[in-house]
Amino acid sequence: MSLPKDQIARTLIEAARTRTAVHPLTDDYPDLDPATAYEVQDAVVNARVEGGARIIGAKLGLTSVAKQKQMNVSEPLYGWLTDDMQLDTGQTLVCSDYIQPRCEPEIAFLLGEDLAGPQVLAAHVLAATELVFPAIDVLDSRFAGYKFTGSDVIADNSSCAGFVFGGQGTDPRGIDLRLVGCAFEKNGELVATAAGAAVLGHPAASVAWMIRRMAERGQGMKAGQIVMAGALTEAVAVAPGDTVVARFDRLGSVELPCR
Amino acid sequence: MTIVTDEQAREFAAALYEARRSRAPIAPFTDALPDLGMPDGYAIQQHLVQHLLDDGESIIGYKLGLTSTPMQRLLGVDSPDFGPVFASTVYRDGAELPVDRFIAPRMEGEIGVILGKDLSGPDCTPAQALDATAGLVAALEIVDSRIADWRIKLADTVADLASNGAIALSSLVVPVDGFDPRLLGMVFTKNGEVVATGAGAAALGDPIAAVAWLANTLAPMGVTLPAGSVIMTGALHAMVPVAPGDVFRAEFDRLGPITIRMAREGE
Repeated sequence: MSLPKDQIARTLIEAARTRTAVHPLTDDYPDLDPATAYEVQDAVVNARVEGGARIIGAKLGLTSVAKQKQMNVSEPLYGWLTDDMQLDTGQTLVCSDYIQPRCEPEIAFLLGEDLAGPQVLAAHVLAATELVFPAIDVLDSRFAGYKFTGSDVIADNSSCAGFVFGGQGTDPRGIDLRLVGCAFEKNGELVATAAGAAVLGHPAASVAWMIRRMAERGQGMKAGQIVMAGALTEAVAVAPGDTVVARFDRLGSVELPCR
Repeated sequence: MTIVTDEQAREFAAALYEARRSRAPIAPFTDALPDLGMPDGYAIQQHLVQHLLDDGESIIGYKLGLTSTPMQRLLGVDSPDFGPVFASTVYRDGAELPVDRFIAPRMEGEIGVILGKDLSGPDCTPAQALDATAGLVAALEIVDSRIADWRIKLADTVADLASNGAIALSSLVVPVDGFDPRLLGMVFTKNGEVVATGAGAAALGDPIAAVAWLANTLAPMGVTLPAGSVIMTGALHAMVPVAPGDVFRAEFDRLGPITIRMAREGE
């Protein structure tokens, strides 16, 4: 499928820079398939890297079966995290830096070893992991009102926009991440609860799926990079004055105030 | 304040008693009397409980219902409700449940609290409830409605024993020591497939605070929760449909799993 990938990439990057949402790509290219959408994603990420950003990790999206059904797709998706997206523990989210920010609680992996290949399983992911962290993922679709197809989101680098880790890292050995509980709060009110199994049955299985999917495209992860394993609950919209908190059993908590 | 007269409450309780016996659901009481509220529900519940006690049933604990904000909003209420749990409705881990016991069963994974001391209100704090707690158990609740098609309003479900059908408890009672029950994770599977996950905070923000709420709510009725009681603290996820032959498993961090199977017709 041939389409002007670099031009589309520029449009998406410009949308993020000017904080102005655009309409879905599939309005103009109704046949956009996931394979081509990942090529557009590559163009978006390459353009960002050429602009000075550095790739520091990756994240998964649509890791729950319910969400996949809702989006009419049959598999999760991934995108790349760059250093200009990171918020350090204790920092504040500046809402005006985003178009329509949403937050969701996740378990994040810091890799101690390279991880790539078509046969990677959850066990390999755990063996290659230095620490796991409680994390909040900040999404920001460049498409108005989060109205998009699965291919649109892939092209839009899976809505990657920001993330923050909690201040405590934990060795995942000896913990069953599948059962680890999470309570997600906004402004002191409980939004939802979940356990690690909400992402593809196990957060490490989710990361393993991503590594295998990347292998099909000749990609992989490096030691020192991070992986956000997928949302445990629905995302919530945030506005100035809001604070979101994700508390995890065994892993500690992470808080993100917004202004 | 109740709207139902004592005579009406008796009549409605008798209708529920008969619906339980015959497995033939009845129309909601709120169809005829739309203004019935929570006090009316409890007035009817009390008569129904008396019927069942007269039959030789015994109360071994309580269940809390409407412990999540979405459920409370759905029924237009800002507090949970409760009903007694009868000894004849308690199953153990691995049990097979007869389908002919229920009308329209649904399944929920919950944290059960086992009391090691008597507990009573009216000024019971979560700290006192924790002190009286012997431990937590992995639990499943089979909710059921004697009201046709679950077309319940608040008074209907309260009257109907808070829609309790049966419970299943693991035999492993784990003391609350060095962990936060609010963050206790649970994975709920149906026939091997993960259909929901949750954590303790889904039950009224804190399963232990839910027990204190119950002790305080029972106090004006002169009821003390005796040591050994089990308190089902509320669903950690949306209730799941049940069909004959289905296998349900709720696996908790720290508490382990509880598994039951619904028998097929005729088993």
